[in-house]
Amino acid sequence: MEIHEYQAKERFRAAGIPVPPGEVATTPAGAEAIAAKYGGRVVVKAQVHAGGRGKAGGVKLADDPAAAREHAANILGMEIKGLRVSRVLVTPAEDIETEAYVGLLIDRKSQSPVFMVSAAGGIDIEEVASTDPGAIRRLTVDPRYGLLPHQAYWLANSLYDDPALIKQATGIIAQLYRAFIESGASMAEINPLITTCSGEVRAIDAKMTIDDSELFRRPEVAAMRDTSSEPPSETKAREAGLSYVKLDGTVGCCVNGAGLAMATMDLVKYYGGEPANFLDIGGSSNPDKVVAALDIIASDPNVRSILFNIFGGITRCDDVANGIVEATRRIDIEPPIVIRLTGTNEDVALAILKEAGFSAHTSMDAVVEEAVRLAGAGA
Amino acid sequence: MAIFIDENTRLAVQGITGRDGSFHTRQTMEAGTRVVAGVTPGKGGRTFEGPNGEAVPVFNSMDDAVAETGADASVIFVPPPFAADAVMEAADAGVRFVVAITEGVPVMDMARAHAFARDKGVRVLGPNCPGLISPGKCKVGILPTRIVTEGPVGVVSRSGTLTYEAVHQLTSVGIGQTTCIGIGGDPLIGTSFIDCLEAFNEDPDTAAIVMIGEIGGTDEQDAAAYVRARVSKPVVGFIAGQTAPPGRRMGHAGAIISGSAGTAEEKMRAFRDNGISVAKRPVEIVELIQQALA
Repeated sequence: MEIHEYQAKERFRAAGIPVPPGEVATTPAGAEAIAAKYGGRVVVKAQVHAGGRGKAGGVKLADDPAAAREHAANILGMEIKGLRVSRVLVTPAEDIETEAYVGLLIDRKSQSPVFMVSAAGGIDIEEVASTDPGAIRRLTVDPRYGLLPHQAYWLANSLYDDPALIKQATGIIAQLYRAFIESGASMAEINPLITTCSGEVRAIDAKMTIDDSELFRRPEVAAMRDTSSEPPSETKAREAGLSYVKLDGTVGCCVNGAGLAMATMDLVKYYGGEPANFLDIGGSSNPDKVVAALDIIASDPNVRSILFNIFGGITRCDDVANGIVEATRRIDIEPPIVIRLTGTNEDVALAILKEAGFSAHTSMDAVVEEAVRLAGAGA
Repeated sequence: MAIFIDENTRLAVQGITGRDGSFHTRQTMEAGTRVVAGVTPGKGGRTFEGPNGEAVPVFNSMDDAVAETGADASVIFVPPPFAADAVMEAADAGVRFVVAITEGVPVMDMARAHAFARDKGVRVLGPNCPGLISPGKCKVGILPTRIVTEGPVGVVSRSGTLTYEAVHQLTSVGIGQTTCIGIGGDPLIGTSFIDCLEAFNEDPDTAAIVMIGEIGGTDEQDAAAYVRARVSKPVVGFIAGQTAPPGRRMGHAGAIISGSAGTAEEKMRAFRDNGISVAKRPVEIVELIQQALA
């Protein structure tokens, strides 16, 4: 789960990291009022789950409250990488002397949290890692012991020469690890970590991604989810316990299992179509889940055909068949539905579908070709 | 031969009295696996009835189960909040092989559990995996028994149902398997492609290998380099997620393209560059394996 900069800053502040004050506005007048309260120069920053906000014009410096109002008017409603901006963060501008980078993520190879820090901040760390790996100091944290004080100090030493700055950065690095663990994060980043002309180290940007599997035990973090920037169909799918990603094509896909769902989308493309979505109905699916899935797919106005690809293992084919029949009884589904079912209780499922007037394939290629043809795409 | 498990494996089921645990324990026993113990805290002393009336003793802890029955492997069906501790409990009790089926285990919990198991020399498969099956010998996990048959192909995959699809297609043309193994869709997994490739390469009954990957991470690229350096048997590869958009998690917690790494295209190129035949569709896996075995 992604959280916004202002939310990540709240978590950082709670862990003790020095973060400049800031408030969120949803209207230009709101932004003006916040700027007036702080006085002096402020930064108006788009709050959206996308990188490259600055390049897209979503971060602006304002000399006075009127300018803050004007910038907010331009930024609110703007689209950045397809996401609409509905909030801006207004925060006092800092006098920046240096910019550094501090990041932390769970690394697959070492199966541990890994810190990456660099004295060259305000940068794309991935790019630096590939072009100038020497500019980054890496540290693998043993997940059982956590970050040890001397490790935080060792990282901070690669950022600054001044002992006073190193001392502050050591504290910030340790606090970042604490915020990461206490938020159930899979990634946390301060970019840039600045020094001010008066010798203070501060985090002026914050980014954090939460491990979805942590949310059950962190309700205060789960409450930070912003559904305003995602398609309503994705919100609905999550509430129904479905794994769904909306795409732009015309062939609606309903599959059990993530790998098979991706392979099905790929096959749609192979036969000249474009998938309208990724949708995994999950393991032990009950008919209600199938009804919810069909409802979500059929509500997408781009969808011209709906494709079921079910390989019954834990999932029982008869449950899925019952769900399809039930859904078509409860809701009006316009696009044609093509079905492929094989595996557990396949025979029962085929009988149920036949009685309801559906036919079903048993080959994956055949059903995908058919769905692409019905969507009017492909050869 | 088969990899990691065989007819001598003595299996304990952690979470045997739960809905999924009890259903799959019966299926596992029907596949020929020796299930010697079940564990559910608070239900020690009871008996679990197998599909043919077998009595499997239930214990409160893995420690009791291993002491009383000599279990040397375990499979975990316990819910996500307790799954990582169940892995560590199994490792503490002295089993050598732990299969974690549970999906949705917090990643930091697994980071600790993997480190714990590694220190004790215990192999973990998963989490968020379907387990493994050696047709005619043993099954640990949830793979459907009737889609497999004995034969010369080793199958290793990050997926569940996509593995079933590939195995089913192989079986339907009469090509059997030594072992089919699902390593799991999570970011942190205990047994990698490379571990499985190494075992298949050493297994005298395995003549060819199918490797099914997906977007996210660089495990497939590492495995491809390993194939070139160390694997003498033909390998056929498939990657799911060619149409997946970057930055979006496609079901599996590990299936996400971040930055430039982890795309299907990059993985397929790594396969080809290292001598692995790449199937563009699942059905081509069968054709390529037929060529490899000819």
